[in-house]
Amino acid sequence: MRFALVVQGAPFSGASFSAYHFANAVITTGHELYRVFFYQDGVYSGNALSVPPQDEWDIQLKWEQLHLRHDVELIVCIASSLRRGLLDSTEAERYDKPAHNLGSAFEISGLGQLIDASLNSDRVITFGPC
Amino acid sequence: MILHTVNKSPLRESSLGSCLQFMAQADAIVLLEDGVYAAIKNVDFGLGAASGRVYALESDIKARGLDARLRDDIKVIGYEDFVTLCTEYDVVKSWS
Amino acid sequence: MKRILFVQSKAPHGGLQGQEGLDAVLMGSAFAECTVLLLDDGIFQVLSGQDTGALGTKDYAVTYRALSDYGVDRIYCSRDHLEARGLSTGDLLVKVDPLSDDEVKALMAHHDVILNF
Repeated sequence: MRFALVVQGAPFSGASFSAYHFANAVITTGHELYRVFFYQDGVYSGNALSVPPQDEWDIQLKWEQLHLRHDVELIVCIASSLRRGLLDSTEAERYDKPAHNLGSAFEISGLGQLIDASLNSDRVITFGPC
Repeated sequence: MILHTVNKSPLRESSLGSCLQFMAQADAIVLLEDGVYAAIKNVDFGLGAASGRVYALESDIKARGLDARLRDDIKVIGYEDFVTLCTEYDVVKSWS
Repeated sequence: MKRILFVQSKAPHGGLQGQEGLDAVLMGSAFAECTVLLLDDGIFQVLSGQDTGALGTKDYAVTYRALSDYGVDRIYCSRDHLEARGLSTGDLLVKVDPLSDDEVKALMAHHDVILNF
């Protein structure tokens, strides 16, 4: 079966851990993970500038590894991201901002990707908000 | 048939109450994150009405020290079971 | 065509949840058959008489008025949750159909995807 996940909770929230573990379980049970769509505070998961203490789980790094290992599409919503100061180089240039901070595993895109995921997946599972 | 997920403590949010209010006979609930506090024994959060159809995530239960404090009718599951449950119901509705 | 049910469950000006949920409804309406269901404090999103001028949050309640232009014709709420807030449909700035508990169950079962905000 084809799954899409919607992550509405910020990184380190219960929702972000749940979504990450669920994403792995989708893969280990042999199902397809069509897309993970980060919405609302969930977009902070794409912030490449976070530095969690070494004895804590780096949930953002975990998402990145999931992307690298299984080619999982990680989309952060553009409207949610811009509002919260999460930019890729294109958006930083477009809005004349001094820096960009979106992690390389993540892609910035529109809400249409959420609707597309809803229409083209067998199951949509929402995690959060918290 | 709908699989409902609840991720908030019933003592803090109305999400479990609303979930129970609108769940049908054939539906089931997965408690996760702070939602698992609803599974604590000796307190009635209304889960009895859905007895036998309430699941709770093991890692969330263990992390919160609820392992030995659960209602008898809660089915403890892992994430892979959660994925399988999602395939067995038509739609997943989150309450948060 | 797939049917998407958007459930709004949070009050409007304490956070972005409802506003960003409504953005998703607008996008969804371009591609799918979309229905809005107001539950819990989500009902407050369409309460008439909201004036955000002094506070500074967005007055997105007016966007609900435009939903029919986007092909979203039906907005429902739980009658029980409406009455629990001391309100009736006359307090709401758009036409909202109150549903019994059984009708809410039936509405959810009628949709292919349920997105909660």
